[in-house]
Amino acid sequence: MQQSNAYIITFSVILTVVLGLLLSGTSQVLGPMQKEAIALDQKKQILGAVISGDEIAAMTPDEVNAYYGSHIASTVVDMNGKEIAGATAEGVDVAKNYKKPVEERQFPVYIFHEEGNVASVKSYIFPLYGAGLWDAIWGYLALGTDMNTVGGITLAHAGETPGLGARITEPGVQSRYEGKEIFNESGELVAIQMQKGEGKDYSGNPHQVDGMSGATITGNGVNNMLINYLGYYKAYIESKKSSTAVASL
Amino acid sequence: MSAETIEKTIEKKPAEALFSKRRKKLVSDPLVDDNPITIQVLGICSALAVTTQMKPTLVMAISVIFVVVMSNLTISLMRNTIPSRVRIIVQLAVVATLVTLVSEVLKAFAYDMYKELSVFVGLIITNCIVMGRLEAFALGNKPYDSILDGFGSALGYSWIILAVAFFRELWGSGAVFGIPVFEYVSSLFGPDFKLATNGLMVSPVGAFIILGLIIWVQRTKTGYVEH
Repeated sequence: MQQSNAYIITFSVILTVVLGLLLSGTSQVLGPMQKEAIALDQKKQILGAVISGDEIAAMTPDEVNAYYGSHIASTVVDMNGKEIAGATAEGVDVAKNYKKPVEERQFPVYIFHEEGNVASVKSYIFPLYGAGLWDAIWGYLALGTDMNTVGGITLAHAGETPGLGARITEPGVQSRYEGKEIFNESGELVAIQMQKGEGKDYSGNPHQVDGMSGATITGNGVNNMLINYLGYYKAYIESKKSSTAVASL
Repeated sequence: MSAETIEKTIEKKPAEALFSKRRKKLVSDPLVDDNPITIQVLGICSALAVTTQMKPTLVMAISVIFVVVMSNLTISLMRNTIPSRVRIIVQLAVVATLVTLVSEVLKAFAYDMYKELSVFVGLIITNCIVMGRLEAFALGNKPYDSILDGFGSALGYSWIILAVAFFRELWGSGAVFGIPVFEYVSSLFGPDFKLATNGLMVSPVGAFIILGLIIWVQRTKTGYVEH
């Protein structure tokens, strides 16, 4: 009786429906909490570009939200550096924008400032997005008020090889970018290139960082992501650069 | 339906103790004598991958215990209705559902852990321990025994990966559960004394070495020889 085709098909259909309902139900119930967790994670990543990972790890979710609220302002610009009215930076999905043509994309900018004082800016944080070896990579780059010196970077990935490309998430790799510069002496945007091979000293070169052994393609992905996104933000960066230059005169 | 009622009446007669000797063996056997990792050498990939630190390893261990126990229970409850021709697919569907549940719960309540473990939690589906216990035990045994069997096997897996993680985190990062043990010990011997960490332990190679040593010690003690 059990072995008839009708029985097998009925059994499979019932099983599929029951398991399907169970899964979609769970997804519905947990959805809002997952959204919150993802939003919190994004804030942690943004803050990670300007304060150390250990400090963030020591904060409770409420503290992260409070710190973010009192230290981060944001704006959204287009590729000409013009502010887009009515858009909120946190609402912009960088990954979705990545698929649009550059002219139509929205580019969020996060501004890290003294507690509660939006006017005294400490650094500008730019989202990055690109392709690694296997899947998407993304991150946040913080530039100092000179709009040239890197204050810090956070990098994340969807599916790079553990132990190789996945090392871009390690503080030891990310700290290599600190103090590097994105413009050369003649003012051209050259960004920062991660080199092939590992263990060399690049402290003398402001545009190169030590590579990750065995993960050159991921490193190239990070390089492309940096030069691309800094290019998209170039107009905004230049405008801030000239305004701070005027202010310092 | 009738088959089930007959079975129930048979079940009542012997009235085996809740923790009889046979049932205790179901749990204790996989811990040492029939350990899924060190004896059967199953589930090695996750044992190598997640064991650089204690915390993710503990989460992984709990996830595996949950999935193995629940899938053993579910399959055992359905064992008389599952058509044998599609039983592997049915097992796979049940395991995959449970794994997805674990993954969703982690995503909602422990997002950092989810990011770190997501690939490996997903890979519990292909963990040979899970399917192995379903095929070898749950399909032919009653629910309570299946729970014990699953719990034993998962516990056998868990203590090994936790042991591997303990040594890897201690020697590789100088910490246990993120508490910097090496730093503290070093400070006891004056400012110039520093315990060195070994980078090899952080890479998967370190897991192979630790696992090899554990298997060696255990097989020397139990006298187990592969035939």
